[in-house]
Amino acid sequence: MPAKVLPYLLLLPATLFLLVFFVYPFVQIAWLSVSGPNGFSLQPLTTMATHWKFQSALGWTLLLAAVVVPLQLVMALSMASIVTKLERGRNAVLYIFSIPLGLSDLAAGIVWLAIFEQSGFLNSMLAGLGVIDRPILFLGYQNIWVIFLAVVLAELWRATAIVMVILVSGMGLIPKEYYEAGEVFGANAWQRFVKITLPMLRPSLQSALILRTLAAFEVFAVVTALGGTTLPVLMGETFQWQFALQDRNVASAYAMVILAISILATLFFLRVLRVPKGATI
Amino acid sequence: MSATADTPRPVEARSAGRFLFIAAIVLICAWVLVPIYLLLVNTLSSPSQVSAFPKTGLPGWDFGSIQFFMGFAGVLRALWNSLLVAVLTMILSIGIGAPAGYALSRFDFPGKEAFRMLVVMTRAFPLPLLALPLAVLFIRTGLDDTAIGLATVHTVLAIPFAVLITFSLFSGIPLELEEAAWTLGCNRLQAFVKVVLPLVLPGIAASAVFAFTISWNEVFAAAVLTIENRTLPAFLVQSLNVSPLHLKFAGGAAMVIPALVFIFAVRKYLFAMWGIANR
Repeated sequence: MPAKVLPYLLLLPATLFLLVFFVYPFVQIAWLSVSGPNGFSLQPLTTMATHWKFQSALGWTLLLAAVVVPLQLVMALSMASIVTKLERGRNAVLYIFSIPLGLSDLAAGIVWLAIFEQSGFLNSMLAGLGVIDRPILFLGYQNIWVIFLAVVLAELWRATAIVMVILVSGMGLIPKEYYEAGEVFGANAWQRFVKITLPMLRPSLQSALILRTLAAFEVFAVVTALGGTTLPVLMGETFQWQFALQDRNVASAYAMVILAISILATLFFLRVLRVPKGATI
Repeated sequence: MSATADTPRPVEARSAGRFLFIAAIVLICAWVLVPIYLLLVNTLSSPSQVSAFPKTGLPGWDFGSIQFFMGFAGVLRALWNSLLVAVLTMILSIGIGAPAGYALSRFDFPGKEAFRMLVVMTRAFPLPLLALPLAVLFIRTGLDDTAIGLATVHTVLAIPFAVLITFSLFSGIPLELEEAAWTLGCNRLQAFVKVVLPLVLPGIAASAVFAFTISWNEVFAAAVLTIENRTLPAFLVQSLNVSPLHLKFAGGAAMVIPALVFIFAVRKYLFAMWGIANR
């Protein structure tokens, strides 16, 4: 077989597959969001934007991402620094730290439901300490901020591992000589972290933040498991419009909103954390 | 690097630092493990113990919840569907992704960058949303509510990882090994099967397990695309507001325990795949 054709033959299945199941549906979804029964129409977008739940769904989703992602970054940086410093027991610690990586958001929601539900472990602990007499209904509709807190905890618990794994592999790429040079010039551990680790970690930080922020915009099953529909989020509303309200056009309009904020976030991180040309390791 | 500065510190300060370091590790391990333990406590308690108050934090060693879960209408079928879809996803994503990974690692050709862009782009989009328009396409083609239909959507989720991981695996095998096999009379395919494949097989297996995990955990597309043939996550998410607590916890445990095994199986490759995914 001529060597010129071979690479294209090998790429053909993947390209065709992505065209049919990735590019085509996206064109479709974009069209659905701006069409009605008689062709082009802005009806889905206006229906979505004027629906009373839209603004709160958008607001809660953005707020969740704004709270969860920075906390995750700090936690993941600490965890990654610990793992890089470890000599003995590194593999065991690393395995435990990365366990949540394999868990689904639904499972994470159910795990934290066991803690926050009315007869759950948080209430049991508080009663055991004598703080409360009877169990509190934490996840009721009048306690929307407690639901928010539970979702934040569940997201921190589940999705910090992926950031950590990306940062650990990024830290492994930083040459030891830089740290040795830093020590020679008298930089302490914190200064070395700020002046060497953080700038050198920029590509990893960038991909970790993009990946996590986009996933945070897609938050769905955690919220459903912990708060039902009390705490509206964009993905949950998409699901509602698709099923309960049977309007695929409005569901697609929601999808386009998620897509739009995803693209904005990606561009933001690409710009803020851009790696200067020729400055790769 | 160890935490030694160039000026020697007093011994107490250093051992205090050591203590804090170990305390932090123990604390983070507890943060990861305790919630899983609590879920298992609930799973191993009887339905009445699950809704009892206050709880002791120790399992009741009663299999009532598990029995109820396994006997609940649709659960066994959902487990079977989950397994089927995940295996199909595994086969599809490796079968389609690995050749692409090999091509990217071994050849330079026009269009290579365009393909890489296409793969990287898939990671910048909220992929589960693909399920919305595909639902229509699948109804037209008779793929609606089938395992293979859902598996194709899960494959779109898994393909970027399959391509990037296999790319890094093949790049780790020196081209000289293949060339040596060619000079000894192997053709390209024989050289690949006899020399490269045995070396990359563990890594391929790891990325297959990773694809399996992605499919096993996916909720949104599964809930949109299946009605009769629900997978376990789709089944759980759609019965959340009607199912009793012990059913939820047993279902949660059924999703968590395989995931623990999967992560253990691929732990060596986690960093290789994310290291390369950064570039």
